[in-house]
Amino acid sequence: MTNQKKTGLIPKSKLLSYAVNAALLLITYVLFFVLIANGTINRYTSGIMTTMFINIILTVSLNLVSGFLGQLVLGHAGFMSVGAYTAALFTLYSGLPITIAFPIGIVLAGVVAAVFGVIIGVPALRLRGDYLAIITLGFGEIIRVIILACDFTGGAKGLRGIPTILPQGSDATSLSLAKYSYVFWLAVLTVVIIWAFVRSRHGRAVIAIREDEIAAEASGVHTTYYKLFAFVMAAFFAGVAGSLYAHHIGVLDPSKFNFDYSVEILLMAVLGGLGSITGSIIAAVALTILPEFLRGFEDYRMLIYAVILIIVMLFKPSGLMGQHEFSLSGILARLSSKKSGALKKGKGE
Amino acid sequence: MALVEKEKLLQQDKTDRPVLEAENLGIVFGGLHAVEDVHFSLRREQIMGLIGPNGAGKTTVFNLLTGVYTPTTGQIKLEGQSILGKKTYQITKLGIARTFQNIRLFKDMSVLDNVRVAMNQKMEYSALAGILGLPSYWREEAAIEEKAMELLSVFHLENNAGDRAKNLPYGQQRKLEIARALAADPKVLLLDEPAAGMNPTETAELMETIKLIRDRFHVAVLLIEHDMSFVMGICEHLVVLDYGRIIASGSPEEVRTNPKVIAAYLGGE
Repeated sequence: MTNQKKTGLIPKSKLLSYAVNAALLLITYVLFFVLIANGTINRYTSGIMTTMFINIILTVSLNLVSGFLGQLVLGHAGFMSVGAYTAALFTLYSGLPITIAFPIGIVLAGVVAAVFGVIIGVPALRLRGDYLAIITLGFGEIIRVIILACDFTGGAKGLRGIPTILPQGSDATSLSLAKYSYVFWLAVLTVVIIWAFVRSRHGRAVIAIREDEIAAEASGVHTTYYKLFAFVMAAFFAGVAGSLYAHHIGVLDPSKFNFDYSVEILLMAVLGGLGSITGSIIAAVALTILPEFLRGFEDYRMLIYAVILIIVMLFKPSGLMGQHEFSLSGILARLSSKKSGALKKGKGE
Repeated sequence: MALVEKEKLLQQDKTDRPVLEAENLGIVFGGLHAVEDVHFSLRREQIMGLIGPNGAGKTTVFNLLTGVYTPTTGQIKLEGQSILGKKTYQITKLGIARTFQNIRLFKDMSVLDNVRVAMNQKMEYSALAGILGLPSYWREEAAIEEKAMELLSVFHLENNAGDRAKNLPYGQQRKLEIARALAADPKVLLLDEPAAGMNPTETAELMETIKLIRDRFHVAVLLIEHDMSFVMGICEHLVVLDYGRIIASGSPEEVRTNPKVIAAYLGGE
């Protein structure tokens, strides 16, 4: 019992794997930073990278609701658009220098999207399954139509002249680098926050609701609260992704945030594996890059894209990663256990 | 001498005081009186059986006690406090935990996590502390893991802690469900057909387990069961339901010989 006194500390093995992961992240960041800075990665490619990181934020946050909470949501693009317009309008009209306005805009985008999450979530989360999907779908469409109808959002013409995230006159490379830094670290932050959340007592409660809502309630889990919590958290990050998107593209067109886009995000989450954060990251990266690789085939591009999706779903219906997570320490542990002769089963967690 | 006597009396009083009372409990679905005028009181550490033919309303009584349904009439008191109108999760917090007729485990979660979910309500660190990995997170998680493992070892499940719940054999799944209910630290444990689908050896073992739980965790147990040898072997008091009404109540001996009960089970004239 006495050695239990020091349980306030982080276990050593965990600390080591955190340090390794942090180091790997930093190396990856610096590597791509240098590649962009010296022009090896051109503006076009770095633009795709930016989209990729935005998609990671969207997919991982949707996975929190659809994968961990187990509720089908078809309005993620709606929350994204709320964030996108919030941030864009803020940087356009706040009068603050962009280097200050943009970070504030990001937070604001998340908060406003989260507020919408509460407004939608309170009535919608009484329902589940198909019904919830339809309500969120309806919400996404309503938002789009409202944006179309309003003057201050630019209506159907879209919102133009959204300032770039660096002061005017900055050169293209430093702009690419600034975008890259923002999306990279915000994607990392999103993943870390959701990952840590899922592993906390609150995350366990959320997963328990997915597994069996009635049993979760009977085990003392305040199901309404946790459902709303996860829903709002996902909305927040979708808003953040929206703010990044707005300042990446520079023009907001309401038709971008339609039903198709919500489905596209859901597709990434399903393909990666509902309930797997690393799966979401892999799928978001793959499905952002894949269409670019297929550009050479022009006419057959979308066909091949669709066929790949069908093949994955046929052979791995639970998604690429299922509910499993990719972790370095897990692989190392598996390798060392194989070495030591205990190679009978490597599945496990 | 007198002091010892007094203490004994006090102890007696403590065990005699009902922990769960139901008075005039009833619920109407449409025009159907599913449960009507049900009353009983469960003492501390008492094992009580709720029996009756299929469709008699036994599970409905459980659902009333746990707040799944709100009774149309009557009163439910836990340690003298009314729990009427409280939500299921609140009632669990107050001290009534249950298992289900058809096992409801968190199938894709580990055995350990199944138990930890039920301990969630006793934990305190905030979502932010969990995300930031503050000391309170590590401290509470370590403490809860130790507690959960201790509980699992009571049911000989400690070696399966890392397995997914759905991969356990049937008997162990039943045990895990009871362990999960106990993890909520209840005063009253409601078991809905705990011996369903078990063979005689497993049933005998379950009887021992339930007695052990009662003695070790000081809970009162109210159970629904069809296996009469099980019911007669373990229950100190029986309540017999038929068509939503109590037709008999008393010790297993009294109930066994009650003509109304025999008629309900075998069909009277």
